[in-house]
Amino acid sequence: MPISRKLEELPKIATREGYGQTLVELGKENENIVVLDADLAAATKTNMFAKAFPDRHINCGIAEANMAGIAAGLAASGKVPFISSFAMFVSGRAYEQIRNSIGYPGLNVKIGASHAGISVGEDGATHQCNEDIALMRSIPGMMIINPSDNIEAQAAVRAAYAHKGPVYMRFGRLAVPVFNDREDYKFELGKGIILREGKDVTVFATGLCVVEALYACDMLAKDGIDVELINIHTIKPLDEALVVSSAAKTGRVFTVEEHSIIGGLGSAVSETLSENCPTKVTRLGMRDVYGVSGPAVELLHKFELDAEGIYHQIKETLKND
Amino acid sequence: MDRLELKKMALNVRKGIVDSIYSAKAGHPGGSLSAADLFTYLYFKELNVDPKHPKMESRDRFVLSKGHTAPGLYAALAYRGFFPVEDLVTLRHVGSYLQGHPDMKCVPGVDMSTGSLGQGLSAAVGMALAGKMDGKEYRVYALCGDGEIQEGQIWEASMFAGHRKLDNLVVIVDHNKLQIDGKVEEVCSPYPIAQKFQAFNFHTITIDGHNFDEIEAAFKEARETKGMPTAIIANTLKGKGVSFMEDIAEWHGKAPKKEEYEVAVEDLRKEGEALCR
Repeated sequence: MPISRKLEELPKIATREGYGQTLVELGKENENIVVLDADLAAATKTNMFAKAFPDRHINCGIAEANMAGIAAGLAASGKVPFISSFAMFVSGRAYEQIRNSIGYPGLNVKIGASHAGISVGEDGATHQCNEDIALMRSIPGMMIINPSDNIEAQAAVRAAYAHKGPVYMRFGRLAVPVFNDREDYKFELGKGIILREGKDVTVFATGLCVVEALYACDMLAKDGIDVELINIHTIKPLDEALVVSSAAKTGRVFTVEEHSIIGGLGSAVSETLSENCPTKVTRLGMRDVYGVSGPAVELLHKFELDAEGIYHQIKETLKND
Repeated sequence: MDRLELKKMALNVRKGIVDSIYSAKAGHPGGSLSAADLFTYLYFKELNVDPKHPKMESRDRFVLSKGHTAPGLYAALAYRGFFPVEDLVTLRHVGSYLQGHPDMKCVPGVDMSTGSLGQGLSAAVGMALAGKMDGKEYRVYALCGDGEIQEGQIWEASMFAGHRKLDNLVVIVDHNKLQIDGKVEEVCSPYPIAQKFQAFNFHTITIDGHNFDEIEAAFKEARETKGMPTAIIANTLKGKGVSFMEDIAEWHGKAPKKEEYEVAVEDLRKEGEALCR
């Protein structure tokens, strides 16, 4: 299978590292930042902040609902709290606290959700959250950023801090290729990034699936399929103008995400296109199923969300068009 | 404000509760009335607040964790001067800022949006923690229901507050013994309440929540208690002040009809007359 050697040679870093590092950098510049954890500071990488600023790190113990509420109270008192846990526990367990104590009053709380998706790996289905984007999208005023690599994760954390209001940031456990390390990389909240222009189909990808889709595009190009690949790091608000213009150009759309095909990027793109530019959309992601235990890379392969799986799914689907 | 004035103000607050809920044709009179003396004492004696500067940084914070009793909070805020008393009757009307449950974005003097039981105390804990981190003098008060403490989040917040020794935090439990479905001890007993808070490293004080001397003494004791948060268990009567609502679970969450409203107003008027004698 022909994969660009250059991509293969890229260093691999988990996006949660970027979260931890950037919090430390922001913490030096901004006294009002406080970081909250629910006994997972080592896993969410916020232990770096805890070490640098022990007085501004608040471990709430294993009590995510209370952590979200405490953050609301801190934000109401002028702090900028970042609450951190696994995506499953912070978006799932504390959903209603985020909705009612943070979202409804519009408090300036940032949610750092690590270990999202099936790439959690061996811990299995109870810890693999494929529903968090769906949950968070439904909260009015919630911004959602799902960075694709460590560079983008760092930019996302800075942008989240600069934005006034609640932001949900989705990070992964798995070390993934750092492909945004280039001079012309520019992160703008709410703006998709065209990684490759094409005329046959558009692929909207998010999170760790972006780099996998990049590999898949190379394979599809060799088969004569010219793909336009767009990185959607901000899922809400969605870059509707870009989604519509690219769909209008190619007339065929795929979405790729390490998340359920219900309620995530696939839904957001489908909703926008249904209303503005009806286009056939195929959603690649978790097909309304739970994950299983296993090494992350093997799971991405099993659920066809690695380059080979994305390539195969797009190729086969287009055959039947 | 002396005892008599406090009692008269509490009657105003009760009248505001009855008027606003009658006008809204919906709301929660029982728990608003049981906490009316607590609301009155807090806003007219205890809290360092300024109606002209509702966001004053040094203010004491109040979180109504039992947010459904907003009519009591709104009445106290209105009489304290945060907004016009005449606005109370817009409660729950489309277009009114007086939402069914407190909304900090649009009601002057409301420090936290609440309504979903169990959540307000965590926010109060966050405010108390911020005060400690910044060396601020302000104190934080949270009012919970005795049914509300069935929520697990109350105990997560209490564990944290005790652990962090937040002595700038006072939790008041409006212990009126009733919740929507009946007696708290029959629905799912929260007893023993004081011992539970003690086990979470709180100082506890049990009082008659309708006796201003006891309320005053309890808040004083709370201020003097160092190294741990205080929980005040206030024994109250649900529906207090309106004869046919007293100690009846059914009046947890419904509005009086016209004839009932007239009886309620008459009850409060007579009480006022008695105070003037």
